[in-house]
Amino acid sequence: MSAGALTVPLRTRARRQPGPLRVAWRRPQTKTGALIALLTIALALLGPLLAPHSATQFVGPPFSPASAGAPLGTDYLGRDVLSVTLDGGRSLLWMAFAATTLGVGVGIALGMIAAYSRNLLDDLIMRLLDVLYAFPYIVLVLLFVSLLGSNQALIVLLVGVGWLPGVARTTRGITLEVITRDFVNAAAIIGIPRRTILVREVLPNLSTPLMVEYALRLTWSVGLISALSFLGFGVQPPASDWGLMINQNRDGLAANPWCVLAPIICIALFAIGTNLIADGISRSVAGIDREILP
Amino acid sequence: MSCVEVSQLRVELSGVRADIVDDVSFEIEHGEIVALVGESGSGKSTIGNALLGFARRGARIASGRVEIDGLSVLELGPPALRRARGRTVAYIPQDPSAALNPALRIGRQLEEGLERHNPQLSGAQRGEAIAAGLSEVDLPNGREFLRRYPHQLSGGQQQRIAIAMAFLLRPSVIVLDEPTTGLDVTTQRRVIETVRQLCERHGTSALYVTHDLSVVANLADRILVAYAGRIVETGPIDAVFAEPAHPYTRRLLAALPDVGSRRGLEPIPGRAPAPRARPSGCAFRERCEFAIGACATAPPAPVELPGGRSVRCLRVHELPSSAGLSPAPARAIPAQDTILIVRDLIASYGQHRVLHDVRFALGSHECLALVGESGSGKTTLARSIVGLLSSWQGEIVYAGGPLAPQVRARSSLIRRELQYVFQNPYSSLNPRRTIGDALSLPIEHFFHLRGRARRERIAGALERVSLPAAYADRYPDQLSGGERQRAAIARALVCQPRVLICDEVTSALDVSVQAAIVKLLHELQLEQGLALLFVTHDLALVRSIAQRVIVMHAGRIVETGETDAVLTQPSHEYTHRLLADTPRLVPAPTEPGVPVS
Repeated sequence: MSAGALTVPLRTRARRQPGPLRVAWRRPQTKTGALIALLTIALALLGPLLAPHSATQFVGPPFSPASAGAPLGTDYLGRDVLSVTLDGGRSLLWMAFAATTLGVGVGIALGMIAAYSRNLLDDLIMRLLDVLYAFPYIVLVLLFVSLLGSNQALIVLLVGVGWLPGVARTTRGITLEVITRDFVNAAAIIGIPRRTILVREVLPNLSTPLMVEYALRLTWSVGLISALSFLGFGVQPPASDWGLMINQNRDGLAANPWCVLAPIICIALFAIGTNLIADGISRSVAGIDREILP
Repeated sequence: MSCVEVSQLRVELSGVRADIVDDVSFEIEHGEIVALVGESGSGKSTIGNALLGFARRGARIASGRVEIDGLSVLELGPPALRRARGRTVAYIPQDPSAALNPALRIGRQLEEGLERHNPQLSGAQRGEAIAAGLSEVDLPNGREFLRRYPHQLSGGQQQRIAIAMAFLLRPSVIVLDEPTTGLDVTTQRRVIETVRQLCERHGTSALYVTHDLSVVANLADRILVAYAGRIVETGPIDAVFAEPAHPYTRRLLAALPDVGSRRGLEPIPGRAPAPRARPSGCAFRERCEFAIGACATAPPAPVELPGGRSVRCLRVHELPSSAGLSPAPARAIPAQDTILIVRDLIASYGQHRVLHDVRFALGSHECLALVGESGSGKTTLARSIVGLLSSWQGEIVYAGGPLAPQVRARSSLIRRELQYVFQNPYSSLNPRRTIGDALSLPIEHFFHLRGRARRERIAGALERVSLPAAYADRYPDQLSGGERQRAAIARALVCQPRVLICDEVTSALDVSVQAAIVKLLHELQLEQGLALLFVTHDLALVRSIAQRVIVMHAGRIVETGETDAVLTQPSHEYTHRLLADTPRLVPAPTEPGVPVS
């Protein structure tokens, strides 16, 4: 009889339930999103290699329309819009990724610690973040940038800190649910240190919802950083940047729309791509399209 | 003509054409209560749902006929189906707390069905009907009660609301889907009693879907046994219980604990096949001790037996007559020392005291059962001992020394020797980590083993609980419920414990799987000299596993003693009541001198 108990499970092939990421990937929208986001990133990274001109080279009179030498016309200084656009993505994307990684990483740590301690430390962390939440954030960023002067590292830091309250709150909520599960108790009763429990047992269960968080914050980081550049607090001329381009060229919108449209399309594509990915993952985490197996 | 006629019903997984249930035919006479019994994955709920013309998402009723009072349910369009549901065929769900709308008052929810199906009734008439319906299920029917919300009622009251709601419209047949699962035995008995009375009074037929054979033993007239989407045996319930014919029914009954007698529980080897992995021919043949080559060729047709019975087994006439329910020999308690003493334990949640001066002792090689209904404080007690709850007063002495309340204040040796197995194996194993990872955690923590030594330790522990060593690389969702619980037990065993606290470890499992876990724990107790504190709500299970038993009620220990003595000659009134409410496979002999509660 015990032989039977051993052989039968071996013969029945056990299939893993597809994880939320795989379910998300099955949606064509998610694949489209990934494709768009990757294309935009590739454009930003490889762009300077493909550009017909240098981003600082003058190729014609300002705001001249599309021609053979400048396929998208020229900007307010007479530079080739296509070349500037191809060159202007790196700083934005670099800053957006860095700020998001910083904000989401620290936010996750704070949220998990708050949730697992559930004592004075929890209150302290969350109330401090609430204070941060209470400020109109863009005003706060502008204040610091105007006080300390604009540089990319400062903007990364400020934008990252801006995401802390939201990320920490979300993380704390999910963690509170996970730590009530018995596998956390099972580790606690044999005396596994709290840090090990958080990293080895709890964190893997947060990863999927937090990927949604990351993708959303990334989109918002792109928006916020290009807004700062547009307002003149971000990347400084003569460096090229999508946000800055919109600001500099808006006077010539009628003469050569491409000098504003090109960076807008790039930012929008990146935002749409990451949003589609985030949407796919969050749908599969929420189980909206889940097949029900008996 | 029968009230319900189901013929050739087939429900498929949509898309893949694999059958969830197939070739299901049965009838229910007017006023008859039929039990549909099966383990998880047997398709029993799918059959119950099909009576309402419903298939859950991902499933599709592919073919067959369901006739209720001459109404062909599967051919109705959506408006006609809406009229039939509730009025012709009603449904009582498993979990009333999920089925009742938490945002609507009870009175409103009871009224909805009447408004839709009997629009000619005036408000006063509806009120009268509801009042009468509530008194039928022994609930108060005043305005105050009707204005309550579901969360203001107990689980038993909620289930009786659901029953009243179903009977209000006087349907011809009621489908009950595990209506007492999750309820205490006392509440369960009252719910079953109510269902039986109402069916009798109104001549209503019922299909009672359950995994629990002992619940229906005293309720149903006939039984349908489902396995892998087929009805494998039908017949009058007493005849099937007295002499089960199908090999599966035999094994199912042999796996069932009974409070009336000590039984050695025999698990069914292997596991029930999933819809897409069912073998050709007879679906049970891979687990059947009587299987022959012919069993693989085609699904066996029903064989009629005398007495209105029918069995889907080729060899039904050749099988030896079933042994019936055999009692197991009593087990002697080995001579032993006391390893764990609890003295005057008091525990509270805020102002609410849940344990009052609890005291008992656990022998170093015994299995001590801790029995009580939900809210009796048994889980609080178990969690206090292991250190998951630290806000208690009193004294717990382990191996001669007092235990600190905080688990982190205890020595590594104590944490290693005192192990705990959780109720629900679906939440006690981390879904994102393999079984091997789960077992590595205590091995690294206590023994600092790495590499090959660790792998060997894991393989040894898995082997001890009858799991293949290859399972170390699997994730929990690749294991069945019983296999998960084995893995959880293996995780406790790698610590080389002396005391194993088992908190309702089988309550989330099927009976055949429960039998295997109980057997495993019993072997561990004998072979490794483990002391077991077996927390459960199931007196029948206690009879099969424990040498001594503690009965808890409202945070106090009301009775302690050797299992057989307590279960045959209970001294406390509460134990009497609990025993009387626990369903039995064979009706209890009326004992003289037992006071009627």
